[in-house]
Amino acid sequence: MQKIEDHSGTKYYLITLKVNGDSYTRAVKANTLLVNVLREDLDLTGTKKGCELGDCGSCTVLLDGKPVNSCLILALEADGHEITTIEGLAQNDKPDKLQEAFVENAAIQCGYCTPGMIMSAKALLTRNPHPTEGEVREAIAGNLCRCTGYVNIVKAIMSAAEEQQ
Amino acid sequence: MGDNYEVIGKSVPRIDGVAKATGRAKYTGDLKFPNMLVGKILHSPHAHARILNIDTSEAEKLPGVKAVITHRDVPSTKYGLSPARWDETIFCIDKVRFVGDKVAAVAAVDEETAYKALKLIKVDYEVLPAVFDPYEALKEGAPQIFEEYPGNVNTEIHQHFGDVDKAFEEAYHVRRDFFSGQRTYHSPLEPHASIAFWEGDKVTIYCSTQSVHYLQYHLARVFGMPMGNIRVLKTHVGGGFGGKIDPTGLDFSAVKLSQITGRPVKMLFDRKEMFYNNRGRHAQYMELTTGVTKEGKILGVHANFVMDGGAYTGLGVASAYYAGALLTVLYDFDNYKFDMVRAVTNLPGCGAQRGHGQPQPRFAFESHLDHIAEDLGIDPLEIRIINARKPKTVTINDFRVDSYALKEALEKAREISGWRDKKGKLPPGRGIGVGNGGFVSGAGYPCYRTDLPQAVAIIKVHDDGSMATLYTGAVEIGQGSDTVLLQMAAEAMGYPLEKMRIVASDTDLATHDFGAYASRQTLMSGWAVKKAGEEIKDKILKTAAEMMLVVPEQLDVKQGIVFLKAHPEESLTFEEVARTYFVKYGQLIGQGSYKPPKLGGTFKGAAVGTSPAYSAATQVAEVEIDEETGEIKVIEAWDVHDCGMVINPALLHAQVHGAFYMGMGESIWEEVLFDENGDVANGNLAEYRMPTALDMPPVTSELVDSIDPNAPWGVKEVGEGATTPTMACLANAIYDAMGVRIESLPLTYEKVWRALKEKREKEKEKA
Repeated sequence: MQKIEDHSGTKYYLITLKVNGDSYTRAVKANTLLVNVLREDLDLTGTKKGCELGDCGSCTVLLDGKPVNSCLILALEADGHEITTIEGLAQNDKPDKLQEAFVENAAIQCGYCTPGMIMSAKALLTRNPHPTEGEVREAIAGNLCRCTGYVNIVKAIMSAAEEQQ
Repeated sequence: MGDNYEVIGKSVPRIDGVAKATGRAKYTGDLKFPNMLVGKILHSPHAHARILNIDTSEAEKLPGVKAVITHRDVPSTKYGLSPARWDETIFCIDKVRFVGDKVAAVAAVDEETAYKALKLIKVDYEVLPAVFDPYEALKEGAPQIFEEYPGNVNTEIHQHFGDVDKAFEEAYHVRRDFFSGQRTYHSPLEPHASIAFWEGDKVTIYCSTQSVHYLQYHLARVFGMPMGNIRVLKTHVGGGFGGKIDPTGLDFSAVKLSQITGRPVKMLFDRKEMFYNNRGRHAQYMELTTGVTKEGKILGVHANFVMDGGAYTGLGVASAYYAGALLTVLYDFDNYKFDMVRAVTNLPGCGAQRGHGQPQPRFAFESHLDHIAEDLGIDPLEIRIINARKPKTVTINDFRVDSYALKEALEKAREISGWRDKKGKLPPGRGIGVGNGGFVSGAGYPCYRTDLPQAVAIIKVHDDGSMATLYTGAVEIGQGSDTVLLQMAAEAMGYPLEKMRIVASDTDLATHDFGAYASRQTLMSGWAVKKAGEEIKDKILKTAAEMMLVVPEQLDVKQGIVFLKAHPEESLTFEEVARTYFVKYGQLIGQGSYKPPKLGGTFKGAAVGTSPAYSAATQVAEVEIDEETGEIKVIEAWDVHDCGMVINPALLHAQVHGAFYMGMGESIWEEVLFDENGDVANGNLAEYRMPTALDMPPVTSELVDSIDPNAPWGVKEVGEGATTPTMACLANAIYDAMGVRIESLPLTYEKVWRALKEKREKEKEKA
């Protein structure tokens, strides 16, 4: 990884992230969080910041297909990895089945947890296309929602899983 | 319900659903403006201290810092959401009153620099003794927090209706119980955010707010500006629950910092700062005395409460009145006494949280009522049916209640929960409980004294009639108001929903409305929208009558088709009629305005609790308790709501799910804790324990038929009322399961475990 210094001696590292299929090269500090690169540098603000402590799951993205809290990952750690954000789920502006299921099942209220919630669900359905309700609840237990009581979120994920069959 | 309607009564998907599901939806914190700076607030590290000196010189010298402000740079005008007590300034002037109080603010090129600058601000404090408990604060000799509140008494209420003493004398049974609640916090997932920028003498503020109007009003007042020079607007808001109704330090600081720097300034609270800002639920201490007949009819109630207000008032006076005012609504009794002291303490200030002031009193009253039922040998659900208010009645404190189907809600809840087969018959460790609640459908009066209407709406049909835009000041914070109001507009106009757009909550571009609080928008904003839509319909029918050479009374319009009622095949499209109107008369516009009639009595505090319509709700829940650990598992819950006509059933039931969820969190796990210095000890989302998907039981949400005559199409509230029965419902279920009464919230595993231990020891002593 290439290291650069600015005039004041601050060190930057040149990293390449593959985000939603496209490569981006950016100079980041050692302490720069992945969530901030996504939001500030790449303008992918669908990934939300709710706590910056890894508690709420609003910033969930997929790192090589696995759901992670992007506020707990240094941008450096993501160098060379494939990242999928909520913006990367729709294909040619056609929303993913999960996204459609969230809309149709009234699983969205304020919407702030929604992107992270959908990413966690996406990871689940990719590795386990036919989960039980308990498995769905476990998969999204790291994503807090303050509006819905998770009732319709669980319903939406189950219905998206059924549709895959 | 809703069979005669085209658009309302139907579960259409919310209009912002796709934007939110795809990540396109921008919240305030997602916005960027050219040349934008980042602002941060310096918070007090002491709970109570005199400010001797503030030195900002080192912070100002830090490269990248563009402005540092303290009380010296801003007006010292006091503010607060309710004018009952204006006691807060933008920054502290001579004293700080809680850990987290606002001392200064900086604007810098980035967040890192802003945080560094905060560390360079030197504040000399003379630390003063602090008090963190309302009873301690009310004792003689306690540290005096505000000059204007001698003895730390912020609000004192003494109301007496009828004759409670006489009622108690005549009662077959009088019972007194004591309960307490805890401090909780809304914790919306989106942290508060505010962005301000100036153009000439006009300032624009993007804010994550529940009311663009109140923010505009308070900014204008404090900065001494005409309201017209302040534009407040919002994008998507990530939840509020009452926490985003008060103006915050972010808003005032962003306005001032952007004025000084001439650049846009964005300010966000981090998660802990949100707990500092607070305005969440007051901890209440509630003594209840009730006299009943042998049959269980309530004769009189005395509510004697103390609440911990924290450091500033905000909406707290209203919270204090609400705590007692709404106790009279659910059950019909003729004698009532309400005493309340709201004390100030050196903790963050409290305010309105979902159900404003009354979920804890409902917890107390509904727990108390279960005890009374047991004393009398009456089924808890039955005693509630005996006392349930009837429609078209007036409460002892002068609230007119027109539609009210609490009795029907109780009966339906009994049926769908299997109450009769379960109550007293469940296996050991299992229990079932009931609780009632409800709320106002909009507060009868705004937060400050004014003769402005509650809500105004305008609908503009576009030139060729192919689209119509609704302008409203109502605030969508996730509850679904944009969708519901558009459904109402389309219904009133006879127009297809798909062709409608909305411009909402923008003080420049939309219309006046007080915003999202007190469950007011479906009824109040809805009235204005309905009237605006009907004006359009009226104009369309008149124009079509001219075109068809008939009289307007012969015509109707539905889903964009204007037709002869007698011969529906003779029709015109809404579009061609609208275009003709546009050519002949100009823009096709309808407008509506709503102001409730004068409501309530004339005694002091009579305005709080008034509303055009009251909802009612019954909840039943089943729990399982682990006798070894005290662990509480909520197995299932049922909610039956009287919420009038339902505009969007899917969104309505989703509100009930969320309301039960929040009530359940507050019942068992959630509590804001403080360390010995008065600093928030669990100001994060791991230790402030909101329930996860694994904690949530199945919830059945059902309705009872009810149409309120004072509301557009008969609508009432749902989102807040459904939080109010939950705490008692769970406490009563725990009692049913284990025979132990937890009298203080939250009903933690530890409290249950201790109560069980105590019970066992007592039983052993007896044996």
